[in-house]
Amino acid sequence: MLGLGAGNLEADMNRLIAVLFHQGVLDEQFIQLRQLQDDSSPNFVYEVVTIYFRESEKLLRNLRALLTDRECTDYMKMGIHLNQMMGSSSSIGAKSVRNVCAAFRTASDHSNWIGCIRSLEVLEHEYCYLKNKLHEFLQIDQQMMIVAGVRYHPLLQQ
Amino acid sequence: MQPLLTVSERLLGGIFDIESLVDKLLHQLACKQSIIVNVYDTTDPVKPISMYGTNLTGDDMYHKSILHFGDPLRKHEMHCSFTHKPPFPWLEITTSIGTLVIALLIGHIFHATVNRIAKVEDDYRKMMELKKQAEDADVAKSQFLATVSHEIRTPMNGVLGMLQMLMDTELDITQQDYVRTAQASGKALVSLINEVLDQAKIESGNHELEYVRFDLRVLLDDVLSLFYGKSQEKGIELAVYVSDKVPEVLIGDPGRIRQIITNLIGNSVKFTEKGHIFVSVDLVEEVMCLTEAEADFQSMNTLSGLPVADRRHSLENFKIFSQDTPVFPHAFLSTSSDLINLIVSVEDTGTGIPQGAQSRVFTPYMQVGSSTSRVHGGTGIGLSISKCLVGLMKGEIGFVSEPNVGSTFTFTAVLTRGHANSSEYKSREFHGMRAWVVDHRPSRAKVARYHLRRLGIHVELVTDLYQAFLRLMNNGKSIVNMMLIDKEAWPRDADLWPLLINVLQKGNQSSMPKLFLLDNPTSFSKSKSSNSLESILTVITKPLRASMLAVHLRRAMGLGEKESFGNGDIPRSSLCNLLDGKHILVVDDNKVNLRVAAGALKKYGAEVTCADSGKEAIKKLEPPHKFDACFMDIQMPETDGFEATRIIRKMESDANDRINHGEVDHGNALRWHVPILAMTADVIQATQEECRKCGMDGYVSKPFEGEQLYREVTRFFN
Repeated sequence: MLGLGAGNLEADMNRLIAVLFHQGVLDEQFIQLRQLQDDSSPNFVYEVVTIYFRESEKLLRNLRALLTDRECTDYMKMGIHLNQMMGSSSSIGAKSVRNVCAAFRTASDHSNWIGCIRSLEVLEHEYCYLKNKLHEFLQIDQQMMIVAGVRYHPLLQQ
Repeated sequence: MQPLLTVSERLLGGIFDIESLVDKLLHQLACKQSIIVNVYDTTDPVKPISMYGTNLTGDDMYHKSILHFGDPLRKHEMHCSFTHKPPFPWLEITTSIGTLVIALLIGHIFHATVNRIAKVEDDYRKMMELKKQAEDADVAKSQFLATVSHEIRTPMNGVLGMLQMLMDTELDITQQDYVRTAQASGKALVSLINEVLDQAKIESGNHELEYVRFDLRVLLDDVLSLFYGKSQEKGIELAVYVSDKVPEVLIGDPGRIRQIITNLIGNSVKFTEKGHIFVSVDLVEEVMCLTEAEADFQSMNTLSGLPVADRRHSLENFKIFSQDTPVFPHAFLSTSSDLINLIVSVEDTGTGIPQGAQSRVFTPYMQVGSSTSRVHGGTGIGLSISKCLVGLMKGEIGFVSEPNVGSTFTFTAVLTRGHANSSEYKSREFHGMRAWVVDHRPSRAKVARYHLRRLGIHVELVTDLYQAFLRLMNNGKSIVNMMLIDKEAWPRDADLWPLLINVLQKGNQSSMPKLFLLDNPTSFSKSKSSNSLESILTVITKPLRASMLAVHLRRAMGLGEKESFGNGDIPRSSLCNLLDGKHILVVDDNKVNLRVAAGALKKYGAEVTCADSGKEAIKKLEPPHKFDACFMDIQMPETDGFEATRIIRKMESDANDRINHGEVDHGNALRWHVPILAMTADVIQATQEECRKCGMDGYVSKPFEGEQLYREVTRFFN
């Protein structure tokens, strides 16, 4: 019974990742990230993703604050924030977010306020979607770990 | 009327006498020009009466003067003119005409010059514009490549990653087959993209060669191992030979040399269906000193017996060979010179290149036939990249090819001699042993001898079994520890075998030489006589590799297993071995990147410390410290990677000075220099030069790529 559950979970996980790959939300780097998780660091993906969420939300808040006043927008600072976000998105394999950041940066390089506002909206949307999907992923991951832990519980060994 | 006449008669008479006097006088006055004077009575203007002088002048120029003789009723005029007409003023006319012409010419010259200058300036302006346009296009192109490089690779890697994951799930045979095909296509596409981008990068001149120490023999073994499978499939014999005069350690760019040789061998493998592919490395000086007879001998006796295209034809075109040979060729062979001129040849017995296509061989994107890319794959870029790389190494590349005989590609390169590190692993276990290589083909025997010599074994070449037999009979068994016999030599004297074994077995088991059969992987069929020899004979499959030979020999001699160094793929375990237990500092202001990089390095067994700013890195890397390496992000606020590295290097040189002066003792550290590797998101932007300038030792891209990380890390932890 538990074995079946694990099989289903794995299938769910693979399906989720396949969909995210297909949609261009995640890329190969995410798989590499997963491979870094092992017995010595069992919560690696969870930790990294949590840090990513925290940092990204901070950056998004800052970006929105910078764009409130059309007249005195600090595009340089925006560029710095965007670089940060691009870098962290590359590291975890969040392809769609990174691409939107790139477009956002182009708009900010040209001091195009309307372009920046639009990019920010797209960015927030993509980020929300990514966050939901990653939460889903983490849930399945946690469940898999529980199942695995239970399977290898000495009391349940044959 | 009468008195007047008498007067005039008297006057006339009187005038007659004075005429000549007047003439003479006038002559004197008029500068020796004879003057004619006529006096006329012009009371009647229509009919002037000549009173004096001849009337010869006519209507030419004359000077008219009025004369007054005191007679109010009559008018008199005197006409004076020159006797001779004035000469036509040729000189004056020609002079003025000449001056006019000269003036016109000068004017013309000026005009033409001014026009030309104006035109040249115009052209120059146009050229500058065009040049600017071309430069802009070039910059746009490299920017395009920079953006596209990662973009193209990433989705492909995604596809390949997903295919790999798909392979790991449950699939039936058909599905597995499909997935495998898709994977192969994907990998081909990735390598194609890499080639194209490589070509563009080299063309744009952004390429700098590395200067690291490497072992050419090991590199060739690695390259050859890439082609084992393919050559086995096709039944081609693959062999490599490096001359003894090539030093053990060389300094150059091993990655690029590997690329060139892989490309050449890859081409050979593609176009060869039978026979052999032979890679030989010599010193240019050796080849130059080779006599005609020796060279002829070499070309007659090839590895597999099949004829090959003789490389001497292409060597004639090489500049380095057309230089006048020095009077003392020994000067070249002096071992104290640090520059090594290598010459590498890849010879194959394939289909060759048709005469018509030979001139286009090195042109990028050109392939021999339109169907080539369909049949054999590839884009045709490899050779042009190889040519550029060879040029960067100050060498030349050429080839000679005969249709249906084969092709031989040759290139030269200039490298520096490196000094062998005495602490490097060297196998001493076979040192001093003696071996015989039994093979009737000298070039193949040479290859076997080369590999054995690398292990420190003394080798003698024996032409065939009969000779071996004779030698054994005459000299006893004690002088040989092992015999390597080529499979082709086997059937020739097959009847001698039982006798030979008898002789060998007569003595003690321990001193009986070990027998090895060198065989090509395809022919696994055993001949009749081998069944009885199974216990004494070990089969070693070609192509030979020094490390693999060592393994076989060890096993046969019962010396126990030792760790063999991997060839070919770079397994993760090697990275583990390198990084195990090392203290590494990772510096990045982005917390996510920091965590991921630290996680990756921890996986390889390293002890990782994190720092989130340049300042903190500087604090942590102030000597003394216990870090073995540092990975530093370049784009950081306040103190960026370059700045931090500069400060750290300054601190280190201060510390080194203090140590040199004996002021401070930092324990065992003789010299502080922590390897700092830059982490850049965009590899093309941060060039090697910038990193080197501020004291960095290399760079890796982030996120980490396994092979690149391995390559950079090997340089410090080997």
